[in-house]
Amino acid sequence: MQGFYKRLISIVAVALLAGAAFAQQPIKIGMSMPQTGPLGAGGKAALLALKMWVEDVNAKGGLLGRKVDFIVYDDQTNPALTPGIYTKLLDVDKVDLLIAPYGTVPTAPIMPLVKQRDLLLMGNFSFQVNHTVKHDKWFNNSPWNDASSWSDGFIKAGLKAGSKSIAFLAADQEFAQNLANGARELAKKAGLQTVYDQNYPPTTVDFSSMVRAIRAAKPDIVFVMSYPNDSVAIVRAVNEIGVGDSVKIFGGGMVGLQFTPNMVSLGSMLNGIVNYNSYVPGLKYPGVEEFLQRYAKRAAEEKVDPLGFYLPPFNYAIGQMLEQAINATKSLDHKRLAEYLHKNELKTIVGPIRFGPDGEWANPRVVQAQFRGVADKDMDQFRQPGKQVVLYPEAYKTGDVITPFDKARGK
Amino acid sequence: MVFSFDLLLEAVLFGILVGCFYAAVSVGLSLAFGLLDVPHIAHPAFLILGSYGTWVLASRGWDPIAAGIVLMPAFFALGVAVYRFYYETFEKRGTEAGVRGLAFFFGVAFIVEVGLILVFGVDQRLVEADYIGKSISLGEIRIPLRMLVAFATAVVLTGALGLYLSKTFTGRAIKAVAQDEPALRLMGANPVRIKQWAFGLATAVTAVAGAMLIVVGPVEPGMGRVYIGRTFCVVVLAGLGSMSGTLVAGLILGISESIVLTLFGASWAPAVAFGLLLVVLGVRPQGLFGR
Repeated sequence: MQGFYKRLISIVAVALLAGAAFAQQPIKIGMSMPQTGPLGAGGKAALLALKMWVEDVNAKGGLLGRKVDFIVYDDQTNPALTPGIYTKLLDVDKVDLLIAPYGTVPTAPIMPLVKQRDLLLMGNFSFQVNHTVKHDKWFNNSPWNDASSWSDGFIKAGLKAGSKSIAFLAADQEFAQNLANGARELAKKAGLQTVYDQNYPPTTVDFSSMVRAIRAAKPDIVFVMSYPNDSVAIVRAVNEIGVGDSVKIFGGGMVGLQFTPNMVSLGSMLNGIVNYNSYVPGLKYPGVEEFLQRYAKRAAEEKVDPLGFYLPPFNYAIGQMLEQAINATKSLDHKRLAEYLHKNELKTIVGPIRFGPDGEWANPRVVQAQFRGVADKDMDQFRQPGKQVVLYPEAYKTGDVITPFDKARGK
Repeated sequence: MVFSFDLLLEAVLFGILVGCFYAAVSVGLSLAFGLLDVPHIAHPAFLILGSYGTWVLASRGWDPIAAGIVLMPAFFALGVAVYRFYYETFEKRGTEAGVRGLAFFFGVAFIVEVGLILVFGVDQRLVEADYIGKSISLGEIRIPLRMLVAFATAVVLTGALGLYLSKTFTGRAIKAVAQDEPALRLMGANPVRIKQWAFGLATAVTAVAGAMLIVVGPVEPGMGRVYIGRTFCVVVLAGLGSMSGTLVAGLILGISESIVLTLFGASWAPAVAFGLLLVVLGVRPQGLFGR
């Protein structure tokens, strides 16, 4: 009998200790982030914002009384690496929650994985990756939903300037093709004649021939859908060769012209370009300016994008959305978290976010802005409003488009 | 497809500039593979190594082309060392071992690429200079100044190498070793030392070619694979061992590629080099100027 009670006490003690140990286990959030490769510059800035959120939430006592651990791998902007990384995060690191890598190209290959395993995935500036997969636990942090939300402002600015024709130049990869497919339909509906339409391999480094061909086609609008390295090369090629005096508006979907190092390096070559953005100085979201001041200090120490306008606020918002959902549901269950995120408006430093059934923003807020008066090699000029004049949406408009493109460039 | 004669003329003009650049990029391989029969599949990797060496010096204030010239002695030494290792391990053991030499150079290419990734990362690198970002106008045609600088450097480089091979004693010895190695041995020259010198020279020339590459556009470690097709196309099209043929072949490739890029789109550009290579191998395997 004594032996029985001794065994019983031992079992109860072990169970209590195990329970206590389990309660102390951190909540693991895992992701890959491009820290090198074409999206590396943006990825490092986004990663800093997420680390800041983890630090902030742990300083408040964590989530559900547990510390948050953040596990990140560098996917080099290489879509071939992300399925393996996310499998490792799930099966080896045993993370509780997932955040998608920054960007459409690295994210698209992991959508089948999360759909198959029915996992919650917080999207990170991807475009239309859930369009065909239709995963009900996908929630994107980026301020767009479909091609219309992205392209409308750009095409409307062109139409207002009297445009009748359009040229498309798109990288042959997931993001650019998703956007191009939608933009072509919109251009057709708007009655624009397509006079040039080319896809280029993502490894292209010289765009002189394509810019030359665009010039010969004499379009009114030039809609470019490109990734950072291509965007920089295209801007340089346009500066060298010119696109001709027919062009009224140029830009639209050029990723990379939002990264501070590229903005500083391109300088006055940016003038006149109308391009999308997520945040420009002057847009008033509660908490964003305070965040950007804190971010700027950390960015200087860690040598990443010093201004951090484009991605960091929206990556911090990912953390805020997860925090609200976990605190409200008192759970890490993906189904319950997804239900909460679908039904509720989330309060973030980039404003209120409400999701549509596809996990994209129900009320998109893509900014189309024109670069004006940009000087060479001056980072501080971008801290104040004015260098990116907001043309769209109407609620945030700060000026009208200057056309034609050569006039806006000062040529 | 957009077509106009002005556009075609621009494409041809740009193709001439690019073609001379391709010739300069390939001339080292023409020497190593064309004359010496060394299966130097690592040539494009050395080209990228030259670009990164240029980037290192350019970020310390050197002009990129000058940086390429300054790197030549180091690359010469590298070429000598690589050839010596290849000769002792493979070439000395007969033609069968020579095939395994191909695997050796593949290995060298991967080691160079991975080494560059470990040291520099996968991000693109570019250089700045007064002639990068500007262009000159010829009527309606605008020519980027960086292409003119690369063109001028390429012409000087291929011309200098051609003169060296035809007018100097060592140059003629290199051509002799390609033609009849036993005869050269009978004349008291050491063919292995001659080939070692030639391979060193081919690698030294690659340093300047790498400098031109990073002037023309940004580079990243994996870019060598893009240039394998182009460089072998030029060398085979020229005819193995023909330096002047390399220039003509470069021009043919440059103009063809430029016309296809401009009129038909960038997606077809990678097919031009391999397409030309297949046609040449089928129709005239010895190349245009081959021995």
